Amino acid sequence: MIEALDLSNFVERSEPGRAHITLAVEAVNCAGCIRKIENGLQKLPGIIDVRLNFTQRRLAVEWHDRETSAERIIAALKQIGYSAHPFAPERIAAEDKHETKWLLRCLAVAGFAAMNVMLLSVSLWAGNVSDMTQETRDLFHWLSALIALPAAAYAGQPFFKSAWRAIRTRQLNMDVPITVGVTLALALSLYETATHAIHAYFDSAIMLLFFLLCGRYLDQAMRQRTRRFAGNLASFKAEFAHRFGPRGELTRVPASVLQSNDIILVQPGEAVPADGMIMSGRSEVDQSLVTGETIPQPVVSGMTIYAGAINCSGALTIKVAAAGSSTLLQEIERLLLRATEAKSRTVRLADRAARLYAPVVHLTAAATALGWLLAGASFHDAVVTAVAVLIITCPCAIALAIPTVQMVGAGRLFRASIILNSGDVIERLASVDTVVFDKTGTLTLPEGVADVSSIDPDVLERAARLALSSHHPLATALARCARERIPYAGVVEESGSGVHGNIEGQEARLGSALFCGLAEPSPQANATNGAASTIFFTHAGHVTAIPIRQRLRPDAPTVVRALMARSFDLIILSGDRSKAVEPVAKQLGITQWHAGLSPAEKIAAIENLKSGGRRVLMVGDGLNDAPALAAATVSLSPITAAQLTQARADALFLGEHLGPVWDAIAVSRRARSLMQQNLGLAIVYNALAVPIAVAGMVTPLIAAAAMSGSSILVTLNALRGRLGRRPDFVHATGSSPQAKVPIAEDVPKDLVLKDVAVTRDQLECVQ
Amino acid sequence: MNVLIYLVPMALLLGLTGLLGFMWTLRTNQYDDLNGAALRILPDDDIDAE
Repeated sequence: MIEALDLSNFVERSEPGRAHITLAVEAVNCAGCIRKIENGLQKLPGIIDVRLNFTQRRLAVEWHDRETSAERIIAALKQIGYSAHPFAPERIAAEDKHETKWLLRCLAVAGFAAMNVMLLSVSLWAGNVSDMTQETRDLFHWLSALIALPAAAYAGQPFFKSAWRAIRTRQLNMDVPITVGVTLALALSLYETATHAIHAYFDSAIMLLFFLLCGRYLDQAMRQRTRRFAGNLASFKAEFAHRFGPRGELTRVPASVLQSNDIILVQPGEAVPADGMIMSGRSEVDQSLVTGETIPQPVVSGMTIYAGAINCSGALTIKVAAAGSSTLLQEIERLLLRATEAKSRTVRLADRAARLYAPVVHLTAAATALGWLLAGASFHDAVVTAVAVLIITCPCAIALAIPTVQMVGAGRLFRASIILNSGDVIERLASVDTVVFDKTGTLTLPEGVADVSSIDPDVLERAARLALSSHHPLATALARCARERIPYAGVVEESGSGVHGNIEGQEARLGSALFCGLAEPSPQANATNGAASTIFFTHAGHVTAIPIRQRLRPDAPTVVRALMARSFDLIILSGDRSKAVEPVAKQLGITQWHAGLSPAEKIAAIENLKSGGRRVLMVGDGLNDAPALAAATVSLSPITAAQLTQARADALFLGEHLGPVWDAIAVSRRARSLMQQNLGLAIVYNALAVPIAVAGMVTPLIAAAAMSGSSILVTLNALRGRLGRRPDFVHATGSSPQAKVPIAEDVPKDLVLKDVAVTRDQLECVQ
Repeated sequence: MNVLIYLVPMALLLGLTGLLGFMWTLRTNQYDDLNGAALRILPDDDIDAE
């Protein structure tokens, strides 16, 4: 049966008869790809415009509605050799883009004004020490005012708005001293110009805005880039659901468009695309992504089932429930809310600096004015000196000190397969002293692997080739052992039990114990030998039991050892049975482990650690980990994690290695030390410049030199973060002999696991 | 110094032209795909067509 694919939710219709869709395209990485895709689609009838955005890996297609369809376009792309995924442009992304453009416009205006005012200022400085007349000086000052005032009014808006927001909520942020400084400097300069004075500070004010906007823009650009990348990943991973239409016909629709009360069909081997209630069918589901439990649980109609669970044996018909309507999800949402509130109390380094800095700056300026008045200076001179102090102390260097380091750090993490959800993650990662791991899907890989150590290779080969015909996840794990990847002919899959067929003239069966003619063994029997599950194979009367085990991430022992060597405290908090957790903990040498925890207990454990003064990094992937991730100081998730969990994690890592956890901490520590150095530099600069300003000896020339000097110094120091060895743990140590886990050797190297197929190459493509 | 009367406005005008040019590139989305633009000049298919 060929199902229709329904993409109508992604197609935009701006005018009648014309349709538009945005697609995220995989594996575009050269100039040839652009031409191949664009020319290939142009040949289709009805296409109006095709444009591939190479930087974002997104394809915009516009066509005449009658002549072709989105489905046909995707099929055509597939034929050329590219898989494309419909991409729903979110409102937040549009706002984000608008904001970036606005900042860039402000930056351009400030840059233009700074250059031209500086052109006049340099002439003024030269003229002041030679023979410039009063009239020429006044002309130059008025020209500077003409350029600087409108430019500052336009380019200063990001700061003025933010400062106003802060003041209205009775807070101080870095933008308050900036606004006060810039406004006073401009007003004073205007007054000085009108009274034919020698010095005006138009250049300082506008240059200040330019440097600050650079920092602001870098910050924004970094966030936009990671968000864009995450958007593409989400659409690559997007799942499709089989939805029953009003007349009972099946349509393939993206899972994101499912609504409550839709009826969907979930085939064996597929992931459940939405939460809901089972209407009919009976099956076993692997809930490891939901609860961490690795043994498949039997389900029957009337039971609630959660998105992310994998349907193992029988087809299920599910009625989709409204988001968050199930008790488990409600519980998790409630826990999340509480945990998130608790976390927002942590203060960023930049904000901490700002909170301290703003009052100090204003007090120094006021004290300077007062001091000069008391010392008998005129009111005019006292105010000029105070404004000079404000200009000199304006936090140019501080405003650049942190965003540039964050930008460099995020780029570096990006290359190590780690995607940050926000810039301040780096600071929090750097402070970590305790690492808490979830077990299933985090320390172990999401998919099991057959333990074939005690099985005859010929029997194994037959069983594995028979397994190729099954959709059951356990069989899929076994099928990976097949050397010859050709399924046997005439194999029949019996839903809910297994597959049977004829091998070399003899009856062969693969499936549950009952299906192979044995009595069903108790789950405890499995648990005692450490395996998650067992699959049975009979051929020519011989029964073989093949245990399917959880496989550790290949470099997990090395990473764990490296973390321990740096005296991190490692803890495992798992929702799985203790029999399943213990061997993993033992193998890794982690002594603190807890099994069978509910989401609330995980949070409690983390809160407990945090109240003991620990800074906790939580690494987890399950739906049951989401609240714990939110509660921890900082959190990491593998890209295979449940959707809700991914949204909660501060950073995601790709691939089947655990190395990114180590990289994340190492890169962040280096970044934090650069941030501290930068703040140190800014403080040293202030310590040198403020006394000069207070003494009333700052001319516009000194102010300009000091300000740009410190900003450049800080930026150069941040760029040092790009130098040095790549902090790539996987590549540095992954090949060492200790890194090998016995079970890992059984898996053929050339096979790519389905869920980890987002590789380093793709990551670099998007960059 | 009379030369300043037209030199300064000229300098400003040139700068302003640059700024307006930048604003135009920004408005027409020319920075959306910086890497793509670098690659699009490479294929020679316009020559093949002749």
